[in-house]
Amino acid sequence: MSLPKVRVPYLLLLPGFAFLFTFFILPIINLAQTSTQTRVAGGDTGQYEQTLAFSNYIQAFVENKEQFGRSFLYATLATIFALAIAYPLAYGIAFKAGKYKNILLVLVVAPFFTSFLLRTVAWKQILGEEGFVVPGLRSLNIIGEQTTLTSTSIAVVAGMTYNFLPFMTLPLYASLERIDPRTIEAAGDLYANGITAFRRVTVPLSMPGVVAGTLLTFIPAAGDYVNAAILGSPNTKMIGNVIESRYFKIVDYPTAAALSFTLMVAILILVTLYIRKAGTEELV
Amino acid sequence: MPKDPITARGDLRLTRITKSYGDFTAVDDLTLTIPKGSFFALLGPSGCGKTTTLRMVAGLEEPTVGSIHLGDTDITTTRPYQRPINTVFQNYALFPHLTIFENIAFGLRRRGIKDVKEQVDKVLNLVELPHLAERKPTQLSGGQQQRIALARAIVNRPALLLLDEPLGALDLKLRRQMQIELKWIQREVGLTFVHVTHDQEEAMTMADTIAVMNEGKIEQMGSPADLYDNPETAFVANFLGQSNLIKGKIDGTDGDNLVVDLYGQKISMLKKRSHAVDNSLYAGIRPEKFRISRLGTPVKGNTLSGGKIEDVSYIGVSTQYVVAMPWGQEVMVFEQNDDGVAPFDKGDEVNISWEPNFTFGLRGDEDIEAGTEVNPEELEEE
Amino acid sequence: MSQKVKDASIPTIPFKARFSRWFGRNLLRIYMIFGFTYLFIPVAYTFAFSFNDSGKSNLIWKGFTLDNWRNPCGAPEVCNALGNSIKIGLLATIFSTILGTMIAFAIGRYKFKGRSTSNLLIFLPMATPEIVLGASLLSLFLVFKINPGFWPTVIAHVMFCISFVVVTVKARIASLDPRLEQAAMDLYANELETFRKVTLPLVAPGIAGAALLAFSLSFDDFIITNFNSGTLITFPKFVYVSAARGIPAQANVIGSAMFFLALAIVIAGQLVKRKKTR
Repeated sequence: MSLPKVRVPYLLLLPGFAFLFTFFILPIINLAQTSTQTRVAGGDTGQYEQTLAFSNYIQAFVENKEQFGRSFLYATLATIFALAIAYPLAYGIAFKAGKYKNILLVLVVAPFFTSFLLRTVAWKQILGEEGFVVPGLRSLNIIGEQTTLTSTSIAVVAGMTYNFLPFMTLPLYASLERIDPRTIEAAGDLYANGITAFRRVTVPLSMPGVVAGTLLTFIPAAGDYVNAAILGSPNTKMIGNVIESRYFKIVDYPTAAALSFTLMVAILILVTLYIRKAGTEELV
Repeated sequence: MPKDPITARGDLRLTRITKSYGDFTAVDDLTLTIPKGSFFALLGPSGCGKTTTLRMVAGLEEPTVGSIHLGDTDITTTRPYQRPINTVFQNYALFPHLTIFENIAFGLRRRGIKDVKEQVDKVLNLVELPHLAERKPTQLSGGQQQRIALARAIVNRPALLLLDEPLGALDLKLRRQMQIELKWIQREVGLTFVHVTHDQEEAMTMADTIAVMNEGKIEQMGSPADLYDNPETAFVANFLGQSNLIKGKIDGTDGDNLVVDLYGQKISMLKKRSHAVDNSLYAGIRPEKFRISRLGTPVKGNTLSGGKIEDVSYIGVSTQYVVAMPWGQEVMVFEQNDDGVAPFDKGDEVNISWEPNFTFGLRGDEDIEAGTEVNPEELEEE
Repeated sequence: MSQKVKDASIPTIPFKARFSRWFGRNLLRIYMIFGFTYLFIPVAYTFAFSFNDSGKSNLIWKGFTLDNWRNPCGAPEVCNALGNSIKIGLLATIFSTILGTMIAFAIGRYKFKGRSTSNLLIFLPMATPEIVLGASLLSLFLVFKINPGFWPTVIAHVMFCISFVVVTVKARIASLDPRLEQAAMDLYANELETFRKVTLPLVAPGIAGAALLAFSLSFDDFIITNFNSGTLITFPKFVYVSAARGIPAQANVIGSAMFFLALAIVIAGQLVKRKKTR
């Protein structure tokens, strides 16, 4: 080969990283810049100038701290529920499915193949006033006439749980599947009962999957606004809804940028702390 | 750097090869000649540098210092595909996406050989697996994969065939069978084989010359019998079979013999078998060379008295005894069960004796534990 | 009956233990059935309502019809949106697969200065919420006076797909036994031949998987698309916009068709894989 070997990896990286730099790093820098702009006095809607107004952040946060709190709360809840649902599922597929393993794996991913928006809208209609669940529950007097299932925070969290479930299941499966079942048998041989063996052997060994799965669920959930928009009400607005409306309805770019930036940094800090705590280097 | 494949044949010469990874020296100033046509074994425990040496010969690593010659051609820095050297990899490294036929044809096709089909068929017949040509490697058993890996290498008629723990993944019975087969194939095709292994029995069965490696250096090189009967270091004495090493002092000479004092008892041994540098030495005797006799029975050769049977293990072809000597050392004795003598019992007081010529002498400052604590079953990971 | 008295030497498992074992074994099974049901309810609903003789609003069951399936483009805009999504998906897949595979080879196969920084740069887009990715990219386009639309959307999709491609392909490369490449070199294949004859065929399934993943991520993306597509309608956008008044049954037809198509591809892939290893 005529190329000096040292250069090969850099040449391979160059096009992709040039792309990511232009369309990921630059936009983030630009976002940071936009976040400290203020409206041009007497200018048109959408005209802003750089004034290094860091007060934008304080203002944006104070005005929307409720939505911020809700975003992180909903995302945390959705992550916990998704973990609770996905772990047994992944465990069952990895250890108990036998020859049906591949079929079940496909089934976990399969709902994905229908647009997630279609599925979210389907939930809305199933649980909505005109669906069959609510009238059914009402006629059985399980819920009252005034109680609804949609337009509640429960519906939003449930929708998010549902949407991100495969993101949780697949990494969990991947790490469970790698566990040698003999280590679990060995635990049994060494006087651990089923529950202890699970707690002391299976769970620690599946930690990389838990970490990856919770991250892959939490991050998109915290920034999500689709579930809140479709399944929620004005009382369940998340930070994503605010950013979206700042961009498209109010055309207040600096506030939207400040909110986006705050969200990103908050998530990065949380993720870093989480990874430190979980002690997993193997992320990607 | 030459681009064309090298057609050189001849002896393989490694000259003052050193390979370091950071602070770690895997191979330390190694000089070695492997004669053309021989079956050569590099034997040593995990991490002794034997695999690194092999990889440098194959071209998969470059030595930090030193040169490698094949015949008169310097191949130190040539790429692996330019060397007329092929490898049978540990775990075989058969290409999973190609059929057995295509696996074997791989090297021929790369070199633009014409009669691929004929040559592949021939080598498949040699390894007695012609019916597997269209299968994929995953459909083969371990033993079959091993033979295909061998076929894939020898079909190229390399100047040198490298075998990296080729039998490590096989079970004992299959391993024995393959050892015999490999030896036969080597004679049949007349290639130089360089075989890396941690299994002393495997090396002794197959190789005509063995180099014992330890910590990046060659401890001793020679025929299997040489190494076994006349080891030069405690490491070799212990790594190849078992040895009883008894501390002694050279007391004088008697013609071709040395007179050695072992804890007050005089024995004699051949002068040329002593590797001692001063008058302190370890007298080495293999367990099967000892004879046990009851007190008062006349014996020939060297005798050490005052032993007491400590433990008896009957293992069919022989009985193994542990005998406690008066100076506190326990020695191993293997007795063939062929002389109709009633076995000894624990607690019996005995003498042990042996032919003086069977004694070998090691330097008195040797670490007599060297080579014993390594676990030969442990697979090499480098 | 006396003959049937149990042999005392055969220990019997007490009922309680037997029950808890049965329960333990089947609890997981029951749980899994519930889990899969939960996963599939909206899919089944979407499929069922693709047969609804609904007219404009597909909220209430009005009767069975095959009309929607006969004429999936019947509702205004729906096929236009689908076409856009497919076009964007294909372009995003091609570019992100090429760029991502190159990066994966660099990171997976070479040791070089800046390798951990490279890993970080790959990880960051995945750790950034979609809304931030979409919003920041839109801001950039606005600065450069580029109007949102088709190509900005393609760029946005390539950007967020690259990381997923890298991760998928890298995993495949990591699982590759380096001895296979060494064996190829040992058997007279130079670097290029080794790559073409051994490395690439062995990594190919990973690349194919990454491409499928990229396409499905792109096809299903709403948030980033919403920011960068302007007036261009994609399929998810179409569903979102029509969600308020009930989406037309044709959207259910398309969603269901995509479901079965993708399922068929995955099953076919599994069968090919099984045939290969047999």
